[in-house]
Amino acid sequence: MAFARGAAFAYAFVNTGHKPRYQGNAAMKHLLLATVAAAALATPAYAADPIKVGIIAENATISGIPIPNAARIAIEEINAAGGIDGRMLEMVAYDDHNSAADAVRAFQRLASEDKVAFVIGSYTSEVALALEPWSGRLKLPYMTPGAASDELGKRIHADYGKLKYSFHGYLASAFLAQSVCDAAKDLLVDKLHMKTAAIFSEDAAWTTPLDAGFEACLPKIGLQVVDHIRFNPDTTDFTPIFNRIEAKKPDVLITGIAHAGVQPTVQWATQQVPFPMFGISSQATSSTFWKDTNGKTEGVLLQLAATDTVATTAKTIPFAQKYTARYGITPAYTGYTTYDEVYIFADAIRRAGGTDPDKLVEALEATDYQGTVGRMRFFGKDDPFTHALRYGPDNISGLFVQWQDGKQVPVWPTTVPGVQPLRFPGFVKTTATN
Amino acid sequence: MLATQILVDGFAISALYGLGAIGFTLMFGVSGVLNLSHGGTLLVAAVTAWALSEQLGTYGAAGAGVAAGVAVAFITYFLIVRPIGRSRAIPAAETEIFILTGTLLWGIMLQEAVAYFFTTSPHTVRPLVDGVVLLAGVRTPWNEVVTAGLCWAAIGLLYLLINRTRTGKALLAASMNPRGLTLLGFELSRVYLLVWAIYGVLAGVAGVLLGSFLGVSSDNAGALTASAFSIVVLGGLGSVPGSLIAAYAVGYIETLTAYLVDPSLRTIPALLLLVLVVYVRPAGLLGRR
Repeated sequence: MAFARGAAFAYAFVNTGHKPRYQGNAAMKHLLLATVAAAALATPAYAADPIKVGIIAENATISGIPIPNAARIAIEEINAAGGIDGRMLEMVAYDDHNSAADAVRAFQRLASEDKVAFVIGSYTSEVALALEPWSGRLKLPYMTPGAASDELGKRIHADYGKLKYSFHGYLASAFLAQSVCDAAKDLLVDKLHMKTAAIFSEDAAWTTPLDAGFEACLPKIGLQVVDHIRFNPDTTDFTPIFNRIEAKKPDVLITGIAHAGVQPTVQWATQQVPFPMFGISSQATSSTFWKDTNGKTEGVLLQLAATDTVATTAKTIPFAQKYTARYGITPAYTGYTTYDEVYIFADAIRRAGGTDPDKLVEALEATDYQGTVGRMRFFGKDDPFTHALRYGPDNISGLFVQWQDGKQVPVWPTTVPGVQPLRFPGFVKTTATN
Repeated sequence: MLATQILVDGFAISALYGLGAIGFTLMFGVSGVLNLSHGGTLLVAAVTAWALSEQLGTYGAAGAGVAAGVAVAFITYFLIVRPIGRSRAIPAAETEIFILTGTLLWGIMLQEAVAYFFTTSPHTVRPLVDGVVLLAGVRTPWNEVVTAGLCWAAIGLLYLLINRTRTGKALLAASMNPRGLTLLGFELSRVYLLVWAIYGVLAGVAGVLLGSFLGVSSDNAGALTASAFSIVVLGGLGSVPGSLIAAYAVGYIETLTAYLVDPSLRTIPALLLLVLVVYVRPAGLLGRR
């Protein structure tokens, strides 16, 4: 199984048009390519010219690899249906190794040499924030399918004229926090009568607004925050951290983890830390997390926008099945958004009548698209979260699942088909059972 | 309560550090090689044990992990260390630096290969024993107890091997006077082969135990090498008892820092101590040179 997964990754690498990073004779190569590109520009564009799609992602991580993988599926589907007004989509993908510098170089190359019409890339806020100004400078529309920092939208709001080419194609941290609190109110406070919580987040750009959101909304729903830990994402031994939290006797651990995942989860289970984990746990959104943790993720509760077991919309399960059949694991959260966002761009190009960046931005702003994650619409120029996805029952409402016997079982909201009651491993003490 | 917690946790992590470092120091003592692919070897052992756990079961996979450690050790020796050592194109005075560079690059290749096939996400080897036990009121995973026990068992076996067997004594002799050993009719290359085999077993066991205790990611390879390297320098290059003492010093300083100061500053005081030792006593705690 693991080897099959390895093979799937190898396959993905070979097929992304994955190119090596800059090498010794890069300058010479650039000159050559630039000449070729100039020659190509001199010839008039025909209607049948392909539209190039730029992808930037960290291919070696659970949350990164779904970006090229899902984009490929969407592009093939769009092409099979005749492309965009007869023009086929063509993918150009680069691995940024989660480095902002690599991502910026890839972005520049996508603009100057590959001449892509738009870029979808990176689930890391630090990287997406570095790409945003370049999207403005190069007038190349860019969307992140997974970064969460509120800053992404706030900066666009503050400097709309320059940064309007960027779109925040995922829920901002403030809404992620809201979604966690909404679910915690129903599941933990009303049903399990919990009263206290400890915030457990990795130290990163996306968790700064997330934690601020938690600090604000948890007391409002009746959960007093008794401890707040922001740990280094490189931490390997969580024993001292769990120990400190346990001394404060919280009823629940509210998580904000994405770059960390396996180690805190496994150590929570092996050390039998007696309160549930509940919140954002990005790596746990993919089925591979069960194998990575040897099943120690049993009982973990997490927020996500879509999963393979819930028909959030009619598109969710067919996409998840197609992805799983092809790559051997279910998509992590970025897979769903990337798939939707290729369609959103395609739709906008159709409405804009071409790939002119300013017209494309206008068309993107008018997006009202039913994707795998729900109804996708962007905040406008005057909203504080400009170009971020809207959160709420009529938009993307969020979903809570719990790992039970190797599956992500939906537990909230109760309107979702197939909702199951919460079930925890024996070592977890919930107030209701005390 | 906190004191016992620190005592228990520090003991287990230090045992693991010790096991990881003694193979490294033994290798240097006997054959003069500083193997900078050490972290990569631990990593491959751990990831192998993780990847094969479904097919081979917990113990079978752990055994496969140790075997992978030995295999990597032999590949390192035959592919990197021996050819460089024998090369006529490399001046004798520079052989050590070439081996250092060679093993460093090989370690990076191992790390990147693991990242490519198994992602940079951490992997955890299945615990050898599940459940927890109360040790003086401290809730401790059985796996942590078993980890510490196995580390000390392996260290004890190594002690017996070196001090009580003829082969082991040859190892010791090679570390003191390799030329003298060849004059007595011992084939030095066979001694080297033996030390690489022992190194492989120690690194394999350390890798698998680390993988089940804390989990490892390909990103950790460099840090694992650095940690073994600093423990060995602190203890005195080539000294096995020195490494064990240093492992416990580093392990407890880290644990104290994590519990009493801040978990994110965990590695810093031990590194400062290392700088101090290099200034004040460059030979290390029990170093001979």
